[in-house]
Amino acid sequence: MTAISRDEVAHLAHLARLDVTETELDRFAQQLDVILQSVQRIGEVAADDIPPTSHAVPLTNVYREDVPVPSLAREDALAGAPDVAEERFRVPRILGEEE
Amino acid sequence: MTTATLSSYEGVISRYEPVIGLETHVELGTRTKMFCGCATGFGADPNTQVCPVCLGLPGALPVANAAAIEATIRIGLALNCSIATWCRFARKNYFYPDMPKNFQTSQYDEPLCEDGWIEVDVDGEVVRVEIERVHLEEDTGKSLHVGGATGRIHGATESLVDYNRAGIPLVEIVTKPVVGTGAKAPEVARAYVTELREVIRSLNVSDVRMEQGSLRCDVNTSLNLPGQEWGTRTETKNVNSLRSVERAVRSEILRQAPLLDAGERIVQETRHFHEDTGKSTAGRSKETATDYRYFPEPDLAPMAPDPDWVAKLKADLPELPRTRRRRLQAAWGLSDHDMASVQNAGAVDTIEATIAAGAKAESARKWWMGELSRRANEAEIELSDLAISPAQVAQLQTLVDAGTLNDKLARQVIDGVLAGEGDPAVVAEARGLAIVSDTGALTAAVDDAIAANPAVAEKVRAGTHAAAGVLIGAVMKTTKGQADAKTVRQLIIDRLS
Amino acid sequence: MTIIHSTAAELAAGIAEGRFSAEEVTKAFLDRIAAVDGLVHAFLHVDAEGALATARAVDADRAAGKPLGPLAGVPIAVKDIVVTKGLPTTAASKMLENWIPPYDATIVTRIKAARMPILGKTNLDEFAMGSSTEYSAFGATRNPWDLKRIPGGSGGGSAAAVAAGMAPLAIGTDTGGSIRQPGAVTGTVGGKPTYGANSRYGLIAFSSSLDTPGPVARTMLDAALLHEVIAGHDPLDSTSIPQEPAPVVAAAREGLTGDLSGVKLGVVTQFAAGEGAEPGVIAAYQTGVEALAKLGAEIVEVSCPHFEYALPAYYLIAPSECSSNLARFDSVRYGLRVGDDGVRSLEEVMAATREAGFGPEVKRRIMLGTYALSSGYVDEFYGQAQKVRTLITRDFEAAFNEVDALISPTTPFTAFEFGARTADPYQMYLADLYTIPSNLSGGPAVSVPVGLSDGLPAGLQVMAPTLRDDVAYRVGAALESTQEPRLSDQIPDVADKEL
Repeated sequence: MTAISRDEVAHLAHLARLDVTETELDRFAQQLDVILQSVQRIGEVAADDIPPTSHAVPLTNVYREDVPVPSLAREDALAGAPDVAEERFRVPRILGEEE
Repeated sequence: MTTATLSSYEGVISRYEPVIGLETHVELGTRTKMFCGCATGFGADPNTQVCPVCLGLPGALPVANAAAIEATIRIGLALNCSIATWCRFARKNYFYPDMPKNFQTSQYDEPLCEDGWIEVDVDGEVVRVEIERVHLEEDTGKSLHVGGATGRIHGATESLVDYNRAGIPLVEIVTKPVVGTGAKAPEVARAYVTELREVIRSLNVSDVRMEQGSLRCDVNTSLNLPGQEWGTRTETKNVNSLRSVERAVRSEILRQAPLLDAGERIVQETRHFHEDTGKSTAGRSKETATDYRYFPEPDLAPMAPDPDWVAKLKADLPELPRTRRRRLQAAWGLSDHDMASVQNAGAVDTIEATIAAGAKAESARKWWMGELSRRANEAEIELSDLAISPAQVAQLQTLVDAGTLNDKLARQVIDGVLAGEGDPAVVAEARGLAIVSDTGALTAAVDDAIAANPAVAEKVRAGTHAAAGVLIGAVMKTTKGQADAKTVRQLIIDRLS
Repeated sequence: MTIIHSTAAELAAGIAEGRFSAEEVTKAFLDRIAAVDGLVHAFLHVDAEGALATARAVDADRAAGKPLGPLAGVPIAVKDIVVTKGLPTTAASKMLENWIPPYDATIVTRIKAARMPILGKTNLDEFAMGSSTEYSAFGATRNPWDLKRIPGGSGGGSAAAVAAGMAPLAIGTDTGGSIRQPGAVTGTVGGKPTYGANSRYGLIAFSSSLDTPGPVARTMLDAALLHEVIAGHDPLDSTSIPQEPAPVVAAAREGLTGDLSGVKLGVVTQFAAGEGAEPGVIAAYQTGVEALAKLGAEIVEVSCPHFEYALPAYYLIAPSECSSNLARFDSVRYGLRVGDDGVRSLEEVMAATREAGFGPEVKRRIMLGTYALSSGYVDEFYGQAQKVRTLITRDFEAAFNEVDALISPTTPFTAFEFGARTADPYQMYLADLYTIPSNLSGGPAVSVPVGLSDGLPAGLQVMAPTLRDDVAYRVGAALESTQEPRLSDQIPDVADKEL
């Protein structure tokens, strides 16, 4: 399943919150298509009975104890922020609702 | 509700079958966050409980909180779930400013616990609610919406985000669709959340307070004609009290029915509940489901809870609240109604402790549900916040049983205990509150009363014992109420016969 | 031998023995940076003050008779994808152009504990995505061997810094070859440890299950010394392995004795054929194979039939993880914010910021990854790619039942000219052909300079079993011992080169 359309690219850009231009849409559609064609090959060899690997060295049960450690000083936490108000991160008006 | 609305509900429910589902989020009371060591205490100054991890700074990595995992498994066990032998966290990808990473570390197709159940009592019937899954995730930050009229998003010109809450462990509990509840659907929903809250509280893993947000509930409702497939369901959020759970279901049933009657489609959407109106308004459409692009969290190792450890957790679970309530109800000899009252007043533990301190069940119940409840209501505080302990109440009753105090005196002793003057015995001593048992003094008082009321005394002498009341009153006045009325009456009658 | 021509091991010994001061050493490298980095552009930020302060502190300790650690006073450059407290960390992206982190990566904490002066932050392909450093938002780095050519990527800055004598050591990160490939094309040593051997806490994440910090150096022993300083379990990284670091320093010393009798090396059949590789690279690689045989190693052919699927699998897994890892760059808490004019909504500002802040390769990979994870496709793409990982791991395991280590050319081509591979992204991706399998399996691999092809460096890659980094170091050091002088000793005289 390749041949990625311009509309699909536009949808992906929206999912990824990327404001791509019209020119970029065309260019990306073409480039993504080439890449997708070449990666499609893995379907040749990835049979059903093969388990996936998500981690190189298998570890399980990696935890930490429920003991507090010092947090960042507030000025450090806010230092990199583009906009701060009332000790909080200020953002422009939000359109969508919370999940 | 007016008669017209009532009958409309009955009308609806006679024609449609409701199917409900509940999704509950429980904020765990762990000392630290889910994936970092930041403190979790409520009410801290904004952005003072944050670090690179829970702020989502570039380069930060999560490490899972062992206590949160244990708490989640215990919740699952208490809900009769099977616990995964191997499972993982997953990333739920979506953008929102209260999400530091713009993905939530949660669980997807491998929850820690699944396939459980809980029994709840609704109007004398036992309803079994099946649990689909219990999984672990992290909470988001909190946004303040500024500039709009109501403090909500609509009309706001900007928002201010505080990440103190971001990363606090959240347990999500999802029921399977609950069918066959009929007219009782709203009550079943409420009873489920109430019972769930009791279970979680008994495990000591969260203070589960809806008004503080440590217990959050989303309610799903759909209607279908009998024998037909389930209808489209809507999700109602912002349900902030037990009462609202019930109202949310009821209002959604009443909203959907006329639409279905008119042949219209129910829009699959998220609705927002309003406490003040008891109704919900349309929110985000869920027609096209958001693509969360779930994949296993590569920054965390899989969890493989040791079966022996899980078995021990299960064996060590405290008695389920419902089991305990039924046991106590039988032991105390209470009716369902009376037990429900005790339950609703939050007095079960207190009464049990009072009995443990030596009082009889009936006495304990009488004090806590009577005089002490009245005082708590007046002071607008919880029963458990009254400045009198179960041990003190037991002692008080002991004094009454011994004949040292009567009801009236006991109430004065309570005044003293609540004022911080000490235990009942100490207060009684200090305030000189005790039934006068010195016969000499009583006799003297009786004689005084007789002397002061010759006409009444004559009547009593003549055989009208009922007239003794005036004399009893006079004696009580002289003794400042510290006489046993029965004893006084007998003395008067003896004196005048 | 001047200071900038000395190895890290020699510098450490010299400082410890008092032949020169740590301050002198740091100054020498700062002077070299001032002299040639205007041309090479390996550094995005130089911290002369900080580096000198650390150097002076080491000198004070030495004067006071306190014992010094194995690399105390030896300067180091750090790839700008690694978070350094108080020092700008940009990931070579406009998105983080002015970001100053409030915390240190764990490996930086360890470098500081080892008292190594940090000279500055080196250039890279933006967010570590690329094979040429051309995708840096702040200008490309030039290969010191030929200033018209790329130094490799994504860690071209670290490799160029070491190749040009501006730093004796550097930190890189390797996700698909980003330490090894630049090492090969700049004539330096690049090591990718076992995944999880070095902490990722503080590494700006590109592909979480593949990213590995590692050493960039001029010799195998130097790389081994640096590896032992930074390696080891980190409780802040859940993927950090609990095992003690492999004994790579001892292994490198053993390799330097030049005796590989009893060692069996496998030439990967699928790579030996050299399809798509430059003949010169293959020829240089062959001389390396012969040299190893002369040291007593038995060379056999080993087939790794699934290695040809490594590249496609990588270009599904890495973009998928990166599309999620880069979602946090949204203008809210740090970094760039664009378009906040009091009218636009947050959603618009977010999209405008990400459009302006990310370069074309980053955007490409984000969209590819978003696609590969989207419902309807996730099983076919991301899911299948994870299966290929299993097959590749099995190929390695089968191979290591027969041989102690596998060898191959590091990368199919020498340093190409600027612009040669940017028109067609897939042409760029081919640079990672030989390096990617060990990223997917998580096993260790090093690139050792092996010779020149048309005057440009080429490298030989040694791949070892997971957790056996020492085997790779032994073989690599043995190969190095056959070179007199070492290729990396030829520090190009940058100033006389044409642009």
